[in-house]
Amino acid sequence: MDIIVSGLLLAGTYALVAMGLNLQYGVARIMNLANGEVLVLGALAAFWLYLNAQISPLLTIFMVGPIAFVGNWLIYRFLLTPLVRRSKNQGQLEVDSILATFGMSFFLVGIMISIEGGFFAYTYLSEPISILGSTSSLNRLVAFLMAVLIGGSLYLWLNHTRPGVAVRAVAVSTEASGLVGIDVPRISALAFALGGAVTAVGGSLISTFITLDASVGVVFTMKALIIVIMGGVGEIRGAIVAAIILGVVETAVATLIDPGLTLAAAYLIFILILLFRPEGLFGRRAT
Amino acid sequence: MNGGIREILLAAAIVVLAAFVPLVVNPYWLSIGVTAMMYIALCTSWVIFSGPTHYISLASGAFFGVGGYLVATGMSDYELSFWLMAAVSPFVALVLAGLIGWATLRLSGVYFVIFTLGLAEMIRNLVSWIQNNFLGSRGLYVLTDFTEAHIYWMLLGIAAVVYLLGWWVNRSRIGFALKIIGNDESVAKHVGINTATSKIILFMTTGFFAALVGAVIAPRYSYIEPNQVFSPELSFMVVIMALLGGAGRLWGPIVGVIPFTLVWEWVSIKMPNQTTMLIGLIFLLIVYVLPHGIVGRLEQAFAKMREGRH
Repeated sequence: MDIIVSGLLLAGTYALVAMGLNLQYGVARIMNLANGEVLVLGALAAFWLYLNAQISPLLTIFMVGPIAFVGNWLIYRFLLTPLVRRSKNQGQLEVDSILATFGMSFFLVGIMISIEGGFFAYTYLSEPISILGSTSSLNRLVAFLMAVLIGGSLYLWLNHTRPGVAVRAVAVSTEASGLVGIDVPRISALAFALGGAVTAVGGSLISTFITLDASVGVVFTMKALIIVIMGGVGEIRGAIVAAIILGVVETAVATLIDPGLTLAAAYLIFILILLFRPEGLFGRRAT
Repeated sequence: MNGGIREILLAAAIVVLAAFVPLVVNPYWLSIGVTAMMYIALCTSWVIFSGPTHYISLASGAFFGVGGYLVATGMSDYELSFWLMAAVSPFVALVLAGLIGWATLRLSGVYFVIFTLGLAEMIRNLVSWIQNNFLGSRGLYVLTDFTEAHIYWMLLGIAAVVYLLGWWVNRSRIGFALKIIGNDESVAKHVGINTATSKIILFMTTGFFAALVGAVIAPRYSYIEPNQVFSPELSFMVVIMALLGGAGRLWGPIVGVIPFTLVWEWVSIKMPNQTTMLIGLIFLLIVYVLPHGIVGRLEQAFAKMREGRH
């Protein structure tokens, strides 16, 4: 029971981060290997502001979100658009974007190390609380609720507003949405920026209950990618289910075997998905 | 004379010349030479697979770590000989690469890249866990009588074998198949190429040689920890140097590794705290400015010169 409760709480932020990656990969067609580093940047901002200015991480996210949005928009506009133009097909773009974002990930790690070389350790709302008879901490619950709130509004925005529909249309087909008068480059940039903002906010939230360091980004990139693949690319509901599975399995492995093996647990799920359902739990088989 | 034979004779001459390096340089330059030779072997084996297929493998660090770690644990915990462990570890990596290839290479290339991205980190976690819970020791000692020159010669030998293998692959049916896969995978399928098998076999050779290099270089460090041998940075360095030279040609990595190692040596002395940021920056520069590497630029320039002459 403890495992399920903490697993579910963890899944909230995972789902949020996976939503961000889904926007970047599913809509803007950029396989972003620097996703985890953006997350860690969000965590670093929360840590740094809390330590130096005693600003609550829950306020920090209102700063982190817009800054990450602008930052990711600039990255897309000036670093990734040239690659989109240069590539002759989707395969070429995939290779180029993988290489470019891989380079960015190291660049970001380098910057973060020069700001804070150690662990981003701080305590915020770490009072114990009891949920359904099992003990957890308040910061986990708060992070979960914030993630649900942000993820829920994003979901409503995507489904019930005109720009949201345009974003989903580009996810389905870049060519067709161009034909019906959607400004594809603009929507792609918007989706990429939004995805980055959501990821960074997720990072700020995660930092309240997990201690991160500058070089841990790759682990979160892996987890987000595994959730996106498990749920099916572009499937938001699939990503939520996948996040819950990963959250619970990870928590189970961490409590029953060893906390150092969460990445190995994620890999195990990844291998099973690749072998039995590579299109994702909710994805449609490619025809 | 046939161009292929000429290429291999030239390569043989370079190998012979390179073999004399430890006899003429001082220890400082020899240690840079060992590093360069290590990367030449790693990058060349990387290019054999990733060059023609465009499947970016980020797994070099994982295989390299398997080699180094098995040598260390075999010698330290079980008192086995260096030679035995150096001979066994590449086969362990071969099997590992085969399994990874089997799980990922039958699907689209993205899955493969993602899988290899976190691989070194994941194996490191597993190994640390096994060590802490079952073996009990953290650091391992690799004590041999090898000097830097011995390691250099062994690496040179491996690099030469890898190059020869790559040269042969380029001319063989499987190399041809790989090139078609790289150009258009569905065409390759339609002309009857077993795309998955070809990719898996070549990926296995990459894993084999990366582990062999890791095993041979282990005596250089004498004290080995999982955190040190399973480094994501190594995978990154291999890709960066191979791309700098140009992944389209087998000799591309050699052109990339030598200048990069020299520049890198200088950077690590002058700016030891900014290295991670700087490799990221250099990597981005290569992706944007030199998409086909130095070799691509040279070939472009030659093509222009030839046009100018007519």
